Amino acid sequence: MTQTKIRRSILSQLIPGITSLAKRGLAGWLVLIGAILTLSIIVLTVVSPWVSPYNPSAINVGHPLLPPTSQYLFGTDDLGRDMFSRVISGGGIMLQVSILSVIVCFIIGVPLGLFSSHTGGVVDKFFNLIMDSVYAFPGLILAIALALVLGRGVINLALSIAVIYIPSYFRVIRSQVLSIKEMPYVEAANAAGAKRRTILARYILPNTIPSIVVVATVNFADAILTAAGLTFIGMGVNATVPDWGWDLSNGRQLLLSGNWWVIAFPGLMIILLALGFTLMGEGLSELLNPRLEQSGE
Amino acid sequence: MEQGLLRVDSLNVEYRTGKRNLHAVEDVTFAVEKAETLGIVGESGSGKSTLGLSLIGLVPYPGKITSGTVFLKDKEILKLKKNELRNLRGTEICYVFQDPMTSLNPVKKIGAHFVEVIRTHEPKTTSNDALERAKKLLKDVGIQPERVNDYPHQLSGGMRQRVMIALAIALNPSIVVADEPTTALDVIVQEKILDLLNRLRDTYGMALILITHDLSIVLQRSDNIMVMYAGQMVEYAASEDIYLKPKHPYTQGLLKSIPNIELVDQKLEAIRGSPPDLLTMPAGCRFWPRCQFAFDKCRRQEVPLFNTNKGHMVRCFLLEGNEGK
Repeated sequence: MTQTKIRRSILSQLIPGITSLAKRGLAGWLVLIGAILTLSIIVLTVVSPWVSPYNPSAINVGHPLLPPTSQYLFGTDDLGRDMFSRVISGGGIMLQVSILSVIVCFIIGVPLGLFSSHTGGVVDKFFNLIMDSVYAFPGLILAIALALVLGRGVINLALSIAVIYIPSYFRVIRSQVLSIKEMPYVEAANAAGAKRRTILARYILPNTIPSIVVVATVNFADAILTAAGLTFIGMGVNATVPDWGWDLSNGRQLLLSGNWWVIAFPGLMIILLALGFTLMGEGLSELLNPRLEQSGE
Repeated sequence: MEQGLLRVDSLNVEYRTGKRNLHAVEDVTFAVEKAETLGIVGESGSGKSTLGLSLIGLVPYPGKITSGTVFLKDKEILKLKKNELRNLRGTEICYVFQDPMTSLNPVKKIGAHFVEVIRTHEPKTTSNDALERAKKLLKDVGIQPERVNDYPHQLSGGMRQRVMIALAIALNPSIVVADEPTTALDVIVQEKILDLLNRLRDTYGMALILITHDLSIVLQRSDNIMVMYAGQMVEYAASEDIYLKPKHPYTQGLLKSIPNIELVDQKLEAIRGSPPDLLTMPAGCRFWPRCQFAFDKCRRQEVPLFNTNKGHMVRCFLLEGNEGK
């Protein structure tokens, strides 16, 4: 009874949300498609232990290198592991790493940008210099170096990816704060006797959120590709945990002998996931950008 | 000027731009009594906004108050510590800004603005009480109380300016500084807002400083008027004295440029030229390049303020020797 009620209330909120998104034109559709894509991959990964037909790590569940059949939907790899099971459960590491790294970026980049830009002067110059020097490095190479130093594991991977993306958050926040802090309503809050903390938390931060959301979604796609890159070159976690990046590097050797399925399906998943986040980010940036809304439509 | 609610004494504000200093407010002295309206009139760049902001210690960078004192009741504003000054803003002295369209935080509801202002200065008040007070205040300024749940973009410009005014009087300050409160609004709304300000002044017994570039606005509504030119106070007098017996050539020029519906064949006169660049100020009187009465002395010597009669002060050599008359 109550469950159906809850379900109905969620649905009644969701459906108008979806239709109103669809009415916002191309950008709305982009967000919608991106969200469906990413959500379905996330859900698939989460439920994979219960739905995967075979244990994704068990070897010799079938003959090695079987092409896709009705029994092994995506075929088997060189150790006879079921590729379908591996594909639906292989996103776990990548998702954990990218979500964690985006959170770390958020926690460090946003407050630092707020503080630095609102303080200004030498402090701002100092942080800017650090961020610019991090930004100047090629991302993947810096991440590889950091991952080498930190070692394997989800948290270490996430940290090494976070470091290369913190400057993007910092920069966006900083430029936003620079313009927002000159707005009359901030001056008015000052004139009404608001504390610096209040002004930062209630006046400046909420007005930067649209741009933070956009950076975060676009950043997600980047983080996924970087995580894939790291696991591809073997910087990932334990090889017994199924992972798309590992499967890619494994399948690379098998591709030459015509076993395309070992590499194609994990690669497709990475592309779809990154595509989903990118679509969402592009759509959101268009929907949340007030300047575009005013001029166009 | 010993008594008075707000006393400003030889205030100087400079903007430091590179090597040269720009003197935006020069040696301004005046006082405002309780429940008085003072109109400050001047062209763009005459230093009137800078003067207003310096009253609450908010001169924008790179501006700096170089000398002078500002007393509010018995507190010297410019010597207060940061948090003392912050407590004073909002409770004792309030500022209404020029542009109502952007002076409200776009992501906060109208009610939340009130709750924040009230609770910042009275932490013991609950949000609900603050909201109730907000509704009453909105009613006072002629906005339906239900509007507390609206966002700023749902209100028109005039309504937003009313909200700004309601916010300014929320804590019953003793003085409100309104910096061009009607510049962004059309004439009808402008009239209503100014009447509202005057009505509130009467009901709450606060003093009002009305900063504007439009002399006609303050003529009817102020007790006293101060005319500023190029950072200096050039004339200070009661409104009717300014209107009937303007003594400074600049004030006379301003008055001649106001259209009067009763004088059908009146010719509107403009003041020739434009105000001087504050960096390349003429020597002597600031106004002489545009003044039709200028004579030799004006070009050579700084003009002091002449106190002609009953506090009617004029910065012009024409009045020299007429003091006290």
